[in-house]
Formats: sequence, C-alpha cells, structure tokens
Amino acid sequence: MTLLQLSWHFFIVSLVAFGAATSVTPDIHRALVENAHVMTEEQFTGLFAMSQAAPGTNVMFVTVLGWQVAGLAGALTTTLSFLGPTSLIALSVERFGTRYRNAKWHISIRRSLAPVTVGLLLSTGYLLQRNAISPAGIGLAIAATCVLTWSKLTPLWLTAIGAALGAAGYV
Amino acid sequence: MGNVASMVEAAEEPAAHSSSAARAPVSPWRLARTFALVGLCAFGGVMPWVYRAVVEKEKWLDEREFAEVWSVCMILPGATSTNVAATLGYRLGGLRGATGATVGLLTPPFVIVLIMAVLYKQYGALPAVHGAVRGVTAVAAGLVFATALKLAKSQPRKWVVAIFAVTACVAISIFHWPLMGVVGALVPISLIMEWRAVR
Repeated sequence: MTLLQLSWHFFIVSLVAFGAATSVTPDIHRALVENAHVMTEEQFTGLFAMSQAAPGTNVMFVTVLGWQVAGLAGALTTTLSFLGPTSLIALSVERFGTRYRNAKWHISIRRSLAPVTVGLLLSTGYLLQRNAISPAGIGLAIAATCVLTWSKLTPLWLTAIGAALGAAGYV
Repeated sequence: MGNVASMVEAAEEPAAHSSSAARAPVSPWRLARTFALVGLCAFGGVMPWVYRAVVEKEKWLDEREFAEVWSVCMILPGATSTNVAATLGYRLGGLRGATGATVGLLTPPFVIVLIMAVLYKQYGALPAVHGAVRGVTAVAAGLVFATALKLAKSQPRKWVVAIFAVTACVAISIFHWPLMGVVGALVPISLIMEWRAVR
C-alpha cells in the first residue's frame, strides 16, 4: 500500500464520518486488514483500543493505524488526509456560511444523520469484540458500555481496570 | 459541566441576539496553548474540556454560541473536535487562529499515541502486555457502544434510530456491504423522513 493510496482512502472515508470519527472504522478495517493485508486483525484492534485509551480526541486511531502501515510518514499521511480536508470544510462553513443563526437546518440534518451514525458505531464496537471469545472480555465490554452510558465516570478508570484485569490474565 | 450534551440539543432554540459582535482577536499562540492543554488532558470525549477552556475559563464565547458551533460541527464530516477547533480558531483569531487551535489540539495526542504505539510494538509480545491490551480493547468497545447509545438516547424518535441503526449495522457487520454504499443509501432516506416529520 503506497502513501498515496493510504492518503486517498483516509481522505474519502473522512467525508462520510458524521458525528463520530470512529464510526467509519469498519471501512478502514476493510481496506487495511481485509484488502491490503498491511496489518493483522490483532494489530488493528490493539492499536485502535490504545488510541481510545490515550488522552485527547478519539480520532487519533487514524494516526496509529497510519504509523503501523508506514511509520512516521504513514502517521502524518493518515492524520493529515483524514483531518486536513475536513477541517478546511469546517473553516469554509464558518467563513462563507451564513452564521446559521436562527436557522434550524443543522438540527434537522443532525437528526437525520444520527440514526445512521449509531449503526456505524455499533458495527465498530462489534468489530472490536468479535474475536474476543472469552466470557470475561465480553462481560467487561458490557459492563463498560453500561457504566459509560448511564454514569458520568471518565473512561480512564475503566481503562485502567481493563488493563489490570487483562495483564493478570483474566480477559 | 455534565449537561453540555443536553446543551447542544438546547441549541435548537434560536438565539435571541448575536453574541459574536465585535470582540478582540485572540492570538494564535494563545489558541494553540489553550487547545493543546485540552488535547493533553481530555479523557473520554473532548467536548466538556473544550467547553471548560473556552467558555468557563477564557470566556471567549457564551454557552449558546458554543452549543451552536458544536452542533454544526457534528454534522460536518471528519472529527467533531477538530472541526470545532478550526471553527472557533477562525472565529476568534482568523486563519492563523484556526491553524493554531487545530495544530494545538492535535499535537500532544499525536505524540502520545505514537509513543504508545512504539511501546506496543516493542513489548506487545509479553503475555502481561498482550493481556492488558485485550482488557483495554474490551473497554474501548464499551466506549464505542456507549457513544452509540448516548447518541441514540438524545434523539426524539427512538424507533427511527433503532430501525436505521440495526439496518446499517447488519448491512456492514453481517453482510459486509461497503460502508460508503450503506451511508449513501440510508442518509437520503433518513433526510426525507426527517423532512416529512417536521413539515
């Protein structure tokens, strides 16, 4: 996979990332693991999980996946290709848009996109867990889902608990 | 701070006045520093951290304006947080401000995830590290599921969300249809349904 191909794929997929960048993970997985075979299933899920445990925006998964393909050049390529053009789009909306004041279009569009985004996120979660055959791993994922949905706890603590349980060989 | 998510929904009430009248420009370096701190500290969703920095601490904009910006950036493609940094950076400090805010937001996590990736490559074969990553993966899956559920909970017509979400998920995960095609087919249908519902 050349840097140009890598760049093109991350650029295209960034254009359908609405609401949550992680929602397009299944398509990136298909390109990198299933089609180009530039990393294993385990490397993909491991790197993805690590990027979610790191501080800052959750979009950094594109950075580590690029790094796995082509080192620092790959990391810069995927990050800039995914975030560069979309940032310019946001900038253009701010610069040339009509300041969307008293307009309701963005609420309608958000309500239309949200159901699809929810589905893509479910696919992403499934992708991360489908190879986890251990009941403890599945239990941990379900527990984390419930805690993070219905409480205000930061994921940091759960990540630490997950890492500790895993290191001790329970997951 | 916990009700920021509901605040974005509250942006549905149109603003009575324009709060973005004349304001002093913010220097690109100040924006870069502010957003770098967010990038460094933010765990579990960047929004509350950006809110705390730009609304509560710096008072660069009010709650309503923040909620509007976030709401619009959510529907734009890409990463919401980066879109917000670009938008706010531009509004507060022009093109240089936008660059400062975006680069500031991304640089600390960029360096941190790469260090983590290098360590993972180095020590990933150790049983303890291997196990720890499995544990973290389970929590990461939970985080993604929770993001989906919270987004679903914020929507007015839950059954519409359920139908579309299950359709998209089955098409992609079970039938392995291309994500682009699934999004391209479902979004227009969803837009039409929303348009008919509000008409």
